[in-house]
Amino acid sequence: MSDHSTHSHGNMNQLMTGFVLAAILTVIPFGIILGEPDISRMLKIGIIMGFGALQIIVHLVYFLHVNRSSEGGWTIAATLFAVIILVIVLAGSLWVMHNMNENMMPMPDMDKMMSLQSQQG
Amino acid sequence: MTMLDTPVTGPVNGPDGPDSHPDHHHESPTPIGFWIYLMSDCIIFGVLFATYAVLGYNYAGGPAPKDLFEADFVLIETALLLFSSITFGVAMLQAEAHRLDTALKWLVVTGLLGLGFIGMEIYEFNHLIHIGAGPDRSAFLSAFFVLVGTHGLHVTGGLIWLVTLCVQLRMHGLTTANMRRLSTLSMFWHFLDLIWIGVFSFVYLVRLI
Repeated sequence: MSDHSTHSHGNMNQLMTGFVLAAILTVIPFGIILGEPDISRMLKIGIIMGFGALQIIVHLVYFLHVNRSSEGGWTIAATLFAVIILVIVLAGSLWVMHNMNENMMPMPDMDKMMSLQSQQG
Repeated sequence: MTMLDTPVTGPVNGPDGPDSHPDHHHESPTPIGFWIYLMSDCIIFGVLFATYAVLGYNYAGGPAPKDLFEADFVLIETALLLFSSITFGVAMLQAEAHRLDTALKWLVVTGLLGLGFIGMEIYEFNHLIHIGAGPDRSAFLSAFFVLVGTHGLHVTGGLIWLVTLCVQLRMHGLTTANMRRLSTLSMFWHFLDLIWIGVFSFVYLVRLI
């Protein structure tokens, strides 16, 4: 990131560094599925999601050239704002819907409830 | 590439107000404006990802991801999009070096890779609908089609833009305006590749474990 010689579009080195990193971060998650290694399910999910998040950062830095100095800091400000909104939307949706499902589950007799519901129309 | 040759000491019409960054020259408001558009687009995708996260397990007795998705098919799609991102990057660097013909060649390669991606996606959608796993089958498939379809529409839009820009570059060459358009499309194209990372990780791979 240090050699910001011309301007915001980077250079061949940056592009190739980004490409190699992105390729590695793509091949490993696909390898987890196609190679079927003998590791736990949670570890597989962790690797796929973690490597996805890492690759998003690689793309932002090496391809989209988001850094603290571009546009006087406004690029990173807009990006961080979007990330905050995304976290609220994603975490909030999952939390709310999970809570709802949890509170719906312990119904004593689901079949009876369903038939009652269908009788009422 | 300076659009407005604002003197360093003169009034700066940037969002920072006058003289808060004396050494930063404001070239054009387009890049930051387009970036803010991309971030709002990112939130649209975020909402669709959230929908998929919530509805993605409601199969309504229909097919589940393991019955429908093929990791190697998605790997080829991913490779096409990643390579197209790189070829666009090369085209951008060639354009900055004032090599119009080389830049156009790389843009054509980018377009072909993008076309390959869209072709594969249309094939996949058509195949899914054909075997009765269309968007009307279950909440999972509705969420899947909307999210992946929205991404596909963006790529299609990017391809139309790419063709238009190639014609403009042929006609007018690497003018300031065309360079601005090219760098804006470059942002759009890289951004779509970024969204695809979320799609292949969260929509396809995690559900194939």
